[in-house]
Amino acid sequence: MKYKDYYAILGVERGADAGAIKKAYRKLAQKYHPDVSKDPQGEEKFKEIAEAYATLKDPEKRAAYDQLGKHASGEDFRPPPDWGRQFGGDSGRGFEDVDLSDLFEQFAGRGRGRTMAMPGQDYEVTAHIGLEEAYRGVTVDLELGVPEFDENGSIRRAQRSFKARIPKGATDGQRLRLRGQGGKGANGGPDGDLYLNVALRPHPLFRASGHDLYLDLPLAPWEAVLGATVKVPTLGGTVQLKVPPGTQAGQKLRLADRGLPKPHGGAGDLYAIAQIAVPRAASEKERVHYEELAKGSSFNPRGHFEQETSHEHSTH
Amino acid sequence: MSTQLTETWLDARLEVSFEELARLSGLPEAELRELIEYGALAPSDPQSERWVFSGECVVVARTAKRLRDSFDLDSGALSLALGFLERIRALEEELRSLRAQLPRGP
Repeated sequence: MKYKDYYAILGVERGADAGAIKKAYRKLAQKYHPDVSKDPQGEEKFKEIAEAYATLKDPEKRAAYDQLGKHASGEDFRPPPDWGRQFGGDSGRGFEDVDLSDLFEQFAGRGRGRTMAMPGQDYEVTAHIGLEEAYRGVTVDLELGVPEFDENGSIRRAQRSFKARIPKGATDGQRLRLRGQGGKGANGGPDGDLYLNVALRPHPLFRASGHDLYLDLPLAPWEAVLGATVKVPTLGGTVQLKVPPGTQAGQKLRLADRGLPKPHGGAGDLYAIAQIAVPRAASEKERVHYEELAKGSSFNPRGHFEQETSHEHSTH
Repeated sequence: MSTQLTETWLDARLEVSFEELARLSGLPEAELRELIEYGALAPSDPQSERWVFSGECVVVARTAKRLRDSFDLDSGALSLALGFLERIRALEEELRSLRAQLPRGP
């Protein structure tokens, strides 16, 4: 069994009183609790902190923990010979695959009716999927390290694999409940559920907002002025988009129902955001055309500057 | 061992009863009722004799359970925290939507 230094995790002395332990826990929980923290490692850190606090806040568990002695974090160790009998009520067990947290979790139920129906634990995991996967639906492979009881009633950490189907219709932040796929219930209690949080991975072309998608659409100046029919990628394949004459930079051209499908039918829209792209280095022939255009055009894109400035002068 | 699973979206389409909400969140019914009184959770039709909640309420109620267990919060403080979290969620969604509409440039 690997040793975890619960005092070091909470950053308190081994002799710290209950108040100091609670304060240290609360400070760290505020920082790392997955519901309030933006730290990507927050969830893992919070699990450690919560595990340490669950043991150290309970005087009986803390005494049992202290009896294990002090070891280096991560060091393989065996509890003292009588420890199991004294605290765990189970002297014959091995400790090889046991996680310290499971041991103390089990310790909490010691002495209570072992025949009471107990519901299984709910599991909650985040599945990171691509936009194409959200568009078509995907089956993801999940691996979870979960506590399970062996045939002797001893707790062991087991690796469980799931194939979870995320049907099409997912978007960022959506939740799925997979009934009965959490921890096994005990003594006739129902099995727990698996909760899946969907997180969309960034895409090189499309940006998602709910079920709508946004795509930058670069246009040549003449396409924007004269209008054009251009090929546009969508998650369902390439489509032809009619760009109206006089299209301005930043204008959104809507492709209805070409966004992400919604779970109960219908789909979001795809918006192509027009951008006027110019060649970095124009060829000689192009330069001649642009110069002709410059001479022959009366278009002034900054006309409103002059209007606004003359208005300012007249009011002061 | 590998298992093929079936699924339910926790969204506005899903309807759950008060008892189901308590069971799915793990919150005692009395505490759930307090959260409803504080306005942290709202049934679809508060005047109805049998309360029905959307699937989104399951997500909120499960968050409430986690926060209550982790910070020993009473229902009033919990409702305040849930209110702030909901405001942050809505602002983040708005921010994400506005960012999605900003051109990335060439």
